[in-house]
Amino acid sequence: MKRILVAVKRVVDFNIRIRVRPDNTGVITEGLKQSLNPFDEIALEEALRLREKGVADEVVVASIGPPEVQSQLRTALAMGADRALLVTSTVPLEPLDAAKTLLKLVEREQPLLVLLGKQAIDDDNNQTGQMLAALWDRPQATFASKLELAGNTARVTREVDAGLETIEVDLPAVVTTDLRLNEPRFVKLPEIIKAKKKLLEQLDLATLGITPRPRLTAVHYATPAPRQKGVMVKDVSELLTVLTAKGLV
Amino acid sequence: MNRILLIAEHGARLSSATARTLRCAQDIGGEIDIVVCGVGVATVAAATSRLAGITRVLTIDSNFHAHPLAAVLAPQLAALASGYTHVLAPSTTFGKDLLPRLAALLDVPAISDVMAVESPTRFRRPIYAGNAILTVEAGELRPVAATVRLASFTAVTEQAAAAPVESAQVPEPAVTHTRFIALAAQGGDRPELQSARRVVSGGRALGSAEKFALVQQLADALGAAVGASRAAVDAGYAPNDLQVGQTGKIIAPELYIALGISGAIQHLTGIKDARAIVAINKDADAPIFEVADYGLVADLFEAVPALVAGLKNKSAG
Ligand SMILES: Cc1cc2nc3c(=O)[nH]c(=O)nc-3n(C[C@H](O)[C@H](O)[C@H](O)COP(=O)(O)OP(=O)(O)OC[C@H]3O[C@@H](n4cnc5c(N)ncnc54)[C@H](O)[C@@H]3O)c2cc1C
Ligand SMILES: Nc1ncnc2c1ncn2[C@@H]1O[C@H](COP(=O)(O)O)[C@@H](O)[C@H]1O
Repeated sequence: MKRILVAVKRVVDFNIRIRVRPDNTGVITEGLKQSLNPFDEIALEEALRLREKGVADEVVVASIGPPEVQSQLRTALAMGADRALLVTSTVPLEPLDAAKTLLKLVEREQPLLVLLGKQAIDDDNNQTGQMLAALWDRPQATFASKLELAGNTARVTREVDAGLETIEVDLPAVVTTDLRLNEPRFVKLPEIIKAKKKLLEQLDLATLGITPRPRLTAVHYATPAPRQKGVMVKDVSELLTVLTAKGLV
Repeated sequence: MNRILLIAEHGARLSSATARTLRCAQDIGGEIDIVVCGVGVATVAAATSRLAGITRVLTIDSNFHAHPLAAVLAPQLAALASGYTHVLAPSTTFGKDLLPRLAALLDVPAISDVMAVESPTRFRRPIYAGNAILTVEAGELRPVAATVRLASFTAVTEQAAAAPVESAQVPEPAVTHTRFIALAAQGGDRPELQSARRVVSGGRALGSAEKFALVQQLADALGAAVGASRAAVDAGYAPNDLQVGQTGKIIAPELYIALGISGAIQHLTGIKDARAIVAINKDADAPIFEVADYGLVADLFEAVPALVAGLKNKSAG
């Protein structure tokens, strides 16, 4: 069975501008729309396309989080994933613990490829895929904007600061997605109904042998200092005048 | 006493990413070693050794590192890093790829995008696309592994006196499962986006790759680097390495000019540290005007040529 494991995280929707709690102990997430992390949706889309091309047989989505994550996993199943794994955890895991947990799932599922988003847009860590690859002792191809499987290798184009880098990795491997890899499909109503019958298996950290060990302490959350409100100019010549006066041009 | 290992980023020459990361290392304080990995790195190592305030430069010179690959470098650097209290890398695609892999091998967490040092174990970093700033305490675990947000630190300058350069004692590279194939570099001789003093960016409003030349014209008139919004990159008007924002480059130029960019939070997070922001947009309600120091409601296809002409007159007169 050629299997692809896709790690998906539930995050506050990218359209929402979050606010810091008045007592600086966190950000306010209650009552906000939660969605699949956009990069993870792209990871799932890529896995589905690989299955549709016939280079993979099964797409399994996995998430670590509170029971409510079921709702995002149902969305993933409606998009086309074959089954879902939910590792319930009431405490958020640091990337290192998330990677250790995903490694347990990797050992269980023996995937050919593990796809993750390059970063979760809540904590903006950009770490989990690289950590999983290290612990698994397998290749990593991060920030992918193109992915091709051929035999037991994958060719990946990566978005790097200098441009586009292409690397080749032996499978199994970890690939993390960048925005331009694909555009995820929309979910259609009949699929949502069908998805209700798909298997969503719940596991817990203890069964997997994971004891989360938070190593970093969040001491304080602050609202960034706002920029001073600027001025509107009426035309190009006024703009040129103010920029010149400020020594900016 | 802190012992800090800084992983250098370099091409044929020393990169400002290394010099900025060094500033963060100096804020932490302690003995600072910089490790330079590559093949034939003598010249880069020599330039690195003149960065002010460092103890020594270590080199890992190997044919394996002609093109740095995280999977190949991480085991070697892990062997080296265990003797240090801190390991730092720039928060570039190079550092972001490498440092978490290295941290996992050392069984320590990684701290991404350090923007300020409060103490040797306490750092500030942006989360939620920069909409909140988290202060995080690393406690007793060593080494503290972190990537450094370059826009938050100024580059340390070179000096005449050089620190010693030594070859690092590390195991031979052994990983063959990951292979470099090609790099398509898209830059030209334009100023580099991340260190440029002025940046002109274009958004979806430009409408085509041909019309995006207007952004380049203004940039040329100002000696500026060119940037782009994600929408402009997605549409193929500009190459991916010009994307500014949460998932592109974070920049802090003295002057940032946004042309036909709406000002989505993911874009704004990349330009918050700019000293002055100028926005030209035909929609008076565009969110970019909330952060712009100077806003002009206008059609960019009229305003930009006029601005270019005005700048040319100015330099001629
Ligand atoms: C996970 C995630 C990460 C992202 N990361 C980034 C990132 O790193 N960088 C980034 O930029 N975006 C990022 N985005 C996308 C972001 O949300 C916006 O979609 C994007 O920035 C919009 O680009 P834009 O402003 O060019 O386009 P639009 O939002 O379409 O704005 C175009 C603007 O041009 C104006 N306009 C139109 N015609 C003219 C004219 N003739 N003259 C003057 N003005 C005109 C319009 O009024 C409008 O304000 C990300 C999104 C997600 C979900
Ligand atoms: N709790 C989680 N459950 C499932 N996947 C996760 C979780 N946290 C992180 N990931 C995956 O790791 C990627 C990178 O996350 P991060 O390192 O937190 O930025 C995400 O895009 C997900 O694919």
